[in-house]
Amino acid sequence: MAFTTMRAGLAVAATLMATTALAQDYPDRSITMVVPFAAGGPTDTVARLVAERMSADLGQQIIVENVGGAGGTLGAGQVAAAEADGYTVLLHHIGMATSATLYRNLAYSPADGFAPVGLVTEVPMTIVARKDLEPADFPALMAYVKENADTITMANAGIGAASHLCGMLFMQAVDAPIVTVPYKGTGPAMTELIGGQIDLMCDQTTNTTEQIKGGTIKGYAVTTPARLDIFPDMPTVAEGGFPGLEVSVWHGLYAPAGTPPEAVDRLATALQAALADPGIATKLAELGTAPSPAADATPAALKAKLDGEIARWKPIIEAAGVYAD
Amino acid sequence: MDLISNLGLGFATAASPENLFFCLIGVILGTLIGVLPGIGATATIAMLLPITFQLEPVSSLIMLAGIYYGAQYGGSTTAILINMPGESSSAVTAIDGYQMARKGKAGTALAVAALGSFFAGSVATLLVALFAPPLTVVALKFGAAEYFSLMMLGLVSAIALAHGSILKALAMVVLGLLLGLVGDDLYTGTPRFTFGMPEFAGGLNFVALAVGVFGIAEILRNLEGEQDRTVLGTRLAGLFPSRADLKRMVAPMFRGTAIGSVLGILPGGGAVLASFASYTVEKRISKTPEEFGHGAIEGVAGPESANNAGAQTSFIPLLTLGIPANPVMALMIGAMIIQGIVPGPNVASEQPELFWGIIASMWIGNLMLVVLNLPLIGLWVKLLKVPYHILFPIIMAMCSIGVYSVNSNVYDLFTVAFFGLLGYGLIKLRCEPAPLLLGFVLGPMLEENLRRAMILGRGDPTVFVTRPISLLLLLLMVAVLVVVTLPSIRKKRDEVFTEAE
Repeated sequence: MAFTTMRAGLAVAATLMATTALAQDYPDRSITMVVPFAAGGPTDTVARLVAERMSADLGQQIIVENVGGAGGTLGAGQVAAAEADGYTVLLHHIGMATSATLYRNLAYSPADGFAPVGLVTEVPMTIVARKDLEPADFPALMAYVKENADTITMANAGIGAASHLCGMLFMQAVDAPIVTVPYKGTGPAMTELIGGQIDLMCDQTTNTTEQIKGGTIKGYAVTTPARLDIFPDMPTVAEGGFPGLEVSVWHGLYAPAGTPPEAVDRLATALQAALADPGIATKLAELGTAPSPAADATPAALKAKLDGEIARWKPIIEAAGVYAD
Repeated sequence: MDLISNLGLGFATAASPENLFFCLIGVILGTLIGVLPGIGATATIAMLLPITFQLEPVSSLIMLAGIYYGAQYGGSTTAILINMPGESSSAVTAIDGYQMARKGKAGTALAVAALGSFFAGSVATLLVALFAPPLTVVALKFGAAEYFSLMMLGLVSAIALAHGSILKALAMVVLGLLLGLVGDDLYTGTPRFTFGMPEFAGGLNFVALAVGVFGIAEILRNLEGEQDRTVLGTRLAGLFPSRADLKRMVAPMFRGTAIGSVLGILPGGGAVLASFASYTVEKRISKTPEEFGHGAIEGVAGPESANNAGAQTSFIPLLTLGIPANPVMALMIGAMIIQGIVPGPNVASEQPELFWGIIASMWIGNLMLVVLNLPLIGLWVKLLKVPYHILFPIIMAMCSIGVYSVNSNVYDLFTVAFFGLLGYGLIKLRCEPAPLLLGFVLGPMLEENLRRAMILGRGDPTVFVTRPISLLLLLLMVAVLVVVTLPSIRKKRDEVFTEAE
């Protein structure tokens, strides 16, 4: 059965290849999509979902290559230095913006080293705690944390990780120093939160949704402007009186700076086509996120997002005084 | 009986022709990549991930799981034949397995490894089916303090790995600890010993280090003289274990399985410790400890059972909590997400076919592996007859491809070259690489958990003795130390740790 599906898929791909090749010269060979993190992680998952559908639209295979290390700066640096011909692209998350401040000696410029293609998706985050933490709701939690700042502990998945960024915002919001404990990745941090070894964490819905549903941890609030379909009862941070805690892990697609505008536009069209696919929407919905609307999957929208986020995080990171280099 | 009906469902799922087929593909692929030096399960699963898009979720996970435990079987093959452990868990197998091969008992070593793995795999699979939820509770009791104490116990026991001088073994452990420090500090982000190269920010690559100090160093040593080179190819007596061999391997197999099953459920490092711990135990209780390091069959049977049992039980945190215990498990989670299954504590109740299907397929896969591997032993051993001047460039090329494919990082190849030379130097100095590897693996975890326990305890060092599990582990460590240092049993220690050269 699987083989018939595969054969049908190949046939469709072959037809698409023939039609697009007539329409345009680019792309006429396979494209490498660099993911600056390990295979199997949330960013990699997003990349592979999108790459598969973009391949169909472009009529050329997109090969996902994982170049992990140094908080995503190795992979990003590799793409920044790659030939600007549209055959090497980068799928990176919010770390693209924060690396501009977290790393003080990058060989490339996150702001100017790339030609933005478009926003891909914005993954919401949730403020979660061990399941037996006292406070009943989000405002009570914030008061409780401020009062017990000397005993509360907060986990994150390492410097520069989404959970670390959200943690910085959280501390700013409660306006009290709480002890943060870095872990090597979300897995170990989540294990210790489930085991009750640590009190709090703020992480992407990708990692927290099933645990909250399963009752192994407690969800207090979502960091998006509106409530999420998967958690209709969970308030937003703004509802709880902390709009400054709004944050999402946005993913963007980039080509190296200097890539011909035609190629960038063609990639953007393919990205929009991929994001319009209902199959992608379904899978992203299970991760608690949605594909970016076509208007955001454009070079201009990503450029604005990137510049805005670099400016937003600079003072927050500098105030925390934490650097990754 | 819930269990029976659940297992029934599992076997019904796993035994469908399609799933059997993908299970077979998985274990064959796993064996092959395990046999190719340098290419580990992580790299292979990462490369195959896109292919699994096309498959049913159950089939794709059964195949990926097959690759993982298949690689554990295959990994010991290279460790035994050419002293090239592809995964941290087979590093211990290389110690005595390779010595057996040099004595012409490669076939026996391979058969012992396969049989031990099969036994351990079967027992551990049953454990997963029976006790996954309660075992999860145990794993969750392990906080930073417990991990620290466990690592201490592991490091102290590591000295027993050496079969030369204790001082040299200690030096190797410390060197390993220092090498483990390379990279960004987790707590402050400060780079340590990276010499300004961001490529080393993530630390040295384990596979690159292991391939260097074990494999490349051994190749260099073999190239020294014609005499050594032909040792492997000429004497190949005894393909399969004799009755006496089988008798000797039974007890270590049982002990290894127990150790591996327990340590495997601890996320991060547990499975790595298992094979080291098993080796230490076997050497401790052996009546002939002087054989260890020179081809002791127990030194292969115990650790091989331990690492395979650990490989199976490391699925427990993944299946019951949706949390990866190691990088391979993280990839499995990625595969599940791509399939539209978000792993979490509800997988067993919401996807019973998937949950029990994977468990049942693990047993079927283990059976396939032993059926597949026993006849292959003759073939692998024949490989040793390939002239060395043809074999070694092939090994070097495969290693380089394998190591590079893990992170697409050229610096990993520099690491292989550097540690190959270092390993050669260590051979000349009669220093053992195994304690170095253990220090390298455990060092960063030791530091990470020490600092985390201190942060969580607000700088109070008593956290290590006020938590019962941690206290117990520390007491065990003291017991090991006492046994090693007490003058009254020094004579016994000398028998254990040194032999006449």
